[in-house]
Amino acid sequence: MNAIVNNNAAGLLGRAEALARPAWAAETRAAGMAALRAHGLPTRRAEAFKYTDLAPVAQASFGEHAPIGARGLPMPSLPLTRGAARLVFVDGVLRGDLSSLPPRPLSDAQALLSGLTSLTTQPIAAMNAALFEDGLFLDVPEGEDAGLVELVSVVTGARGAIGFHPRHVLRLGKRAKLTLLDTSDGAAGLAYMHNPVFEISLDEGAELAHVRIQREGRAAFHLSSVHCAIAAGATYDNFTLNAGGRLARNEIHAALNGPKAMCHMNGAQLVGDGQHADTTTVLHHAAPDCGSRQTYKTVLTGKSRGVFQGKILVSKPAQRTDGYQMNQALLLSEEAEMDSKPQLEIYADDVKCSHGATVGALDPAQLFYLRSRGIPHEAARSMLVEAFLTEATEGVGDEACRAALSEAVTAWWAQARA
Amino acid sequence: MLRIEGLTAEIDGKPILKGIDLEVPSGELHAIMGPNGSGKSTLSYVLSGRDGYEITGGSVTFNGIDLLAMEPEERAAAGVFLAFQYPVELPGVGNANFLRTALNAQRRHRGESELDAMQFLKLARARMKELSMPEDMLKRGVNVGFSGGEKKRNEVLQMALLSPQLAILDETDSGLDIDALKIVAEGVNALRSPEFSALIITHYQRLLDYIVPDRVHVLMAGRIVKSGGPELALELEASGYASVAA
Repeated sequence: MNAIVNNNAAGLLGRAEALARPAWAAETRAAGMAALRAHGLPTRRAEAFKYTDLAPVAQASFGEHAPIGARGLPMPSLPLTRGAARLVFVDGVLRGDLSSLPPRPLSDAQALLSGLTSLTTQPIAAMNAALFEDGLFLDVPEGEDAGLVELVSVVTGARGAIGFHPRHVLRLGKRAKLTLLDTSDGAAGLAYMHNPVFEISLDEGAELAHVRIQREGRAAFHLSSVHCAIAAGATYDNFTLNAGGRLARNEIHAALNGPKAMCHMNGAQLVGDGQHADTTTVLHHAAPDCGSRQTYKTVLTGKSRGVFQGKILVSKPAQRTDGYQMNQALLLSEEAEMDSKPQLEIYADDVKCSHGATVGALDPAQLFYLRSRGIPHEAARSMLVEAFLTEATEGVGDEACRAALSEAVTAWWAQARA
Repeated sequence: MLRIEGLTAEIDGKPILKGIDLEVPSGELHAIMGPNGSGKSTLSYVLSGRDGYEITGGSVTFNGIDLLAMEPEERAAAGVFLAFQYPVELPGVGNANFLRTALNAQRRHRGESELDAMQFLKLARARMKELSMPEDMLKRGVNVGFSGGEKKRNEVLQMALLSPQLAILDETDSGLDIDALKIVAEGVNALRSPEFSALIITHYQRLLDYIVPDRVHVLMAGRIVKSGGPELALELEASGYASVAA
């Protein structure tokens, strides 16, 4: 299990030393740095990274993160606004002038930091801990419905191939509600790194719908992790569209800590020529009477690789757990590869837990059926691919988010088949 | 309209059709009857262009055009329709979207204007009413969760909307109760005109009580061994296929 210490991580460490730091943040960063120093970035010898090789990340060098003067501020083209409240990061820097959500000082986050991440077992989160700066800090008070908040990250390339490590911290009080639409876009051909970490805690009965649209530039590295603690009766609903980047890994670590908590983790991976997309979920049923649903769909074209690793851990107290996991991949090219690793670890005895995985090409019988009705071959293929993905996105409840997802999927497919 | 001459075809090197000769003039309905394994479904798939069948000889022309040289979608646009024995389920593809896409693809191919959503819905609702289909079938995934009878009715709905010149009905009667059978038959009879022909492939005579064919052909072991009028179907029902073979 021991990862090899990777000398190249030292480049990241030097940068961490140089960051300005409030005292408390310095502690977190120092711990992150120590972890990075001790373990480096994991190699494929680490079980959790068996299918995803971070060597290209370790070998790349990412530019300085020093803020640029107001004079040089780029005006990016931002995704369509879906709601009123929005926080915008451009080239890794929080842009108050483009945001409608008042930025809160980093120090506010201290109270919210929940210590959900593990520096020893989660190297991506450890890298973020060593280097983190601004992020979204939201504390939704008890009983409040905060509506839709947008978190936008755009990399324009104005500051070159940067590496940035935002840490987003959210807490929802009892019965509080929030929909978070989180989009990452970036310039094509630029080998930057975006390494966001979300620390989320949901109090009793809180509901968070978290929709993520990852469409970084095709040369970028996107390494993200979500860490979510779910109290009794609360619901965390994550949908992640993993479409951009040369190498993308989305980790979701969720813990159902109180009775009758729910977790939905759904997503689609759209993987084109030269791309590697990895979704890794770790779901811990720690309390009785909780439910979890996971459905992931991956479409692969060209020479590409998709990975799904999904672990469900059901602890002894988690009686009457109702868990479901489904992972389906559609291979549209002979050179595409999909690796699936479902993993169930169950210690409770009264549990309903199922999982399934399918990998295959388009069904010739379905294609023929459409063509026999006069629909040309290419259009028939498109209908079936879109149908495959629609099954994943149609479960997203928020209309604005569903529309954003549907646009992203359509745009990807239009480009992929061109 | 349809002319088949000396057609031979095989699957994985195994000959299935061993020299079919058949002509279906405009305006006529012909039934093809035969026992299991005689090549009935293979004939319907070869005519509609499904992959996996090696044509080893003969020819098929449709209005004088070489049908076998066309892609499945071209055959459909030219006016050939296959009602599937086992209609395929398409999860995630809405029935209305599917029907409209198919109809407009064919209209576009023929240089006709496409129907917008409203025009299409009006047309579809009228046809569905004729076939006693509940309107919510438009909203559901294509054939997903449909009963056997609903699937067959959905085939006939597609046929009604696409109004082909030649319909091939591959055991459309299988799995239907008598009421559904009548509805399906009415759907086919409604299309009858001097410009419409059909090839009705069936195992049993039952469907032919409701769709009376002009001609009946008996297919056995890849060949048409006997042809006759509608009375031939009744003979077969009474004495079985073995008597024809003898």
